[in-house]
Amino acid sequence: MTEGKIKKLLIANRGEIAVRIIRAARDLGIATVQVHSDADTESRAVRMADETVNIGPPAAAKSYLNVESILKAARDSGADAIHPGYGFLAENAEFADAVADAGLIFVGPSGDTIRLMGDKAAARAEAKKANVPTVPGSDGVIGDMDAAARLAEEIGFPVMIKASAGGGGRGIRIANDGEEFRTLAPQASSEAKAAFGDGGIYIEKVIERARHIEVQVLGDGEDAVHFFERECSLQRRRQKVWEEAPSIALGERVREELCAAAVALTKAVNYKGAGTIEFLYDDETGEFYFIEMNTRIQVEHPVTEMICGVDLVADMIAIAGGGKLRVNQSQVTRSGHAIEVRLNAEDPANNFMPFPGVVGELLAPDGPGVRFDHMLYPGYAVPPFYDSLLGKLIVWAEDRDKALMRLKRALDELQIEGLPTTAPLFQALLESDDVRASKVHTRWLEPWLAENPDLIRQKGGSET
Amino acid sequence: MAKHEVKSPIPGTFYRKPAPDQPAFKEVGDKVSKGETIGLVEVMKTFHEVKADADGTILVFPVDDSDPVMAGQTIAELD
Repeated sequence: MTEGKIKKLLIANRGEIAVRIIRAARDLGIATVQVHSDADTESRAVRMADETVNIGPPAAAKSYLNVESILKAARDSGADAIHPGYGFLAENAEFADAVADAGLIFVGPSGDTIRLMGDKAAARAEAKKANVPTVPGSDGVIGDMDAAARLAEEIGFPVMIKASAGGGGRGIRIANDGEEFRTLAPQASSEAKAAFGDGGIYIEKVIERARHIEVQVLGDGEDAVHFFERECSLQRRRQKVWEEAPSIALGERVREELCAAAVALTKAVNYKGAGTIEFLYDDETGEFYFIEMNTRIQVEHPVTEMICGVDLVADMIAIAGGGKLRVNQSQVTRSGHAIEVRLNAEDPANNFMPFPGVVGELLAPDGPGVRFDHMLYPGYAVPPFYDSLLGKLIVWAEDRDKALMRLKRALDELQIEGLPTTAPLFQALLESDDVRASKVHTRWLEPWLAENPDLIRQKGGSET
Repeated sequence: MAKHEVKSPIPGTFYRKPAPDQPAFKEVGDKVSKGETIGLVEVMKTFHEVKADADGTILVFPVDDSDPVMAGQTIAELD
């Protein structure tokens, strides 16, 4: 590892990722400052860190999103760098700029890179420039309905009509043929005008039964490498619940193309830090399409660490401290198969109702090939103010079948008393033939949950 | 008539309004029927409606707007 400039790192996050960052910093010999809200004074990260600073009330807007408080904590504690984790301020370009303006190191890409990749149209344009396939569609907003209809024919139905100013699924319509398109497109435009004050619409091909496949990249501003792919097709309400690496849906040729495309885009934007390039993969055609780049460390990074034998969080800190990539592409290898499941404080037998509580007895799984990244300890009161992720159970084995066996073993060992968790969901999923054969896509999980209402309860989900 | 207590099924932050700039779902003295929403509880970034589980007239809200509640805590008393 290159001798870095960072001596004291402030962690502007909470929960399991704060614990993860403290560990990485310690492995690098870097001191840690954990900021926290009034609700997190007893958190595991606060107990672990070398120093702690209270930055405000429980509401995230007044603490973990409060740029002034965080910068003041950095100044007062003498930290020379800030790690944003994921969520909160991790992809906030103004925060990255403010950290740099304060003379501190932001562990991540520059504000300009975050801004560029955060703008969907600009990111898509960058991908096209780097010859990375994007979802077929209009380049930006379409004004002329006749031209739009011709383009839709060209792309092939069904197509999605999206409001340019929309978001979170709002303002989306699906047209199955030309006639429907000519009815729906003007409707979508006038609805967007009414709802968002902007009638701009654009169109995109609908990829049915797509898998979510993403490539982990690391860049030092000059060079970039990939650490292969992760598959995250099991999602509920667009939230990933189960991730694995590698994806067994990919053949070697497609894998090479996909990873090369990701590296090309990473290099094109002179990326510095850890990032993820997300794609949709169409099983039937073997085509993949760029969706977006996430300019942060992701929740599911451990499955990549398990198959590649790397510490991505330590590497991103070292790069932020002025280090270069420690490996070239030919030195990045993978072996075996890793699976991660997300343990949330939710009751899967009761429509995944979030339910914080006090942790009673805690038995953490361990032994060969098992890793448990979490924020729990017996007696810990999980606060109700933040998201429900308690931790991630990750297993590694020589191949996928053995990894599935090991996941079952680890889930059987796991005991968290005092509050419901999503563990019974994974016990139930392990018995699904589709999951065992990885015949899944991003819209597989929700219908399966609807069709199997009793399975989770049988696996120990609480009675309500 | 006996007093009836409406309890929050989950812990979180209790809100009497659907949004900060809107009027409260119900005021003291209002009649409610079973199944009517009388408040929201925010927990882990999601909102859950708390509904009256009986007919009656609201006597008091023992918890103020934006205050924390525990699971099983009374958020309204009905006559």
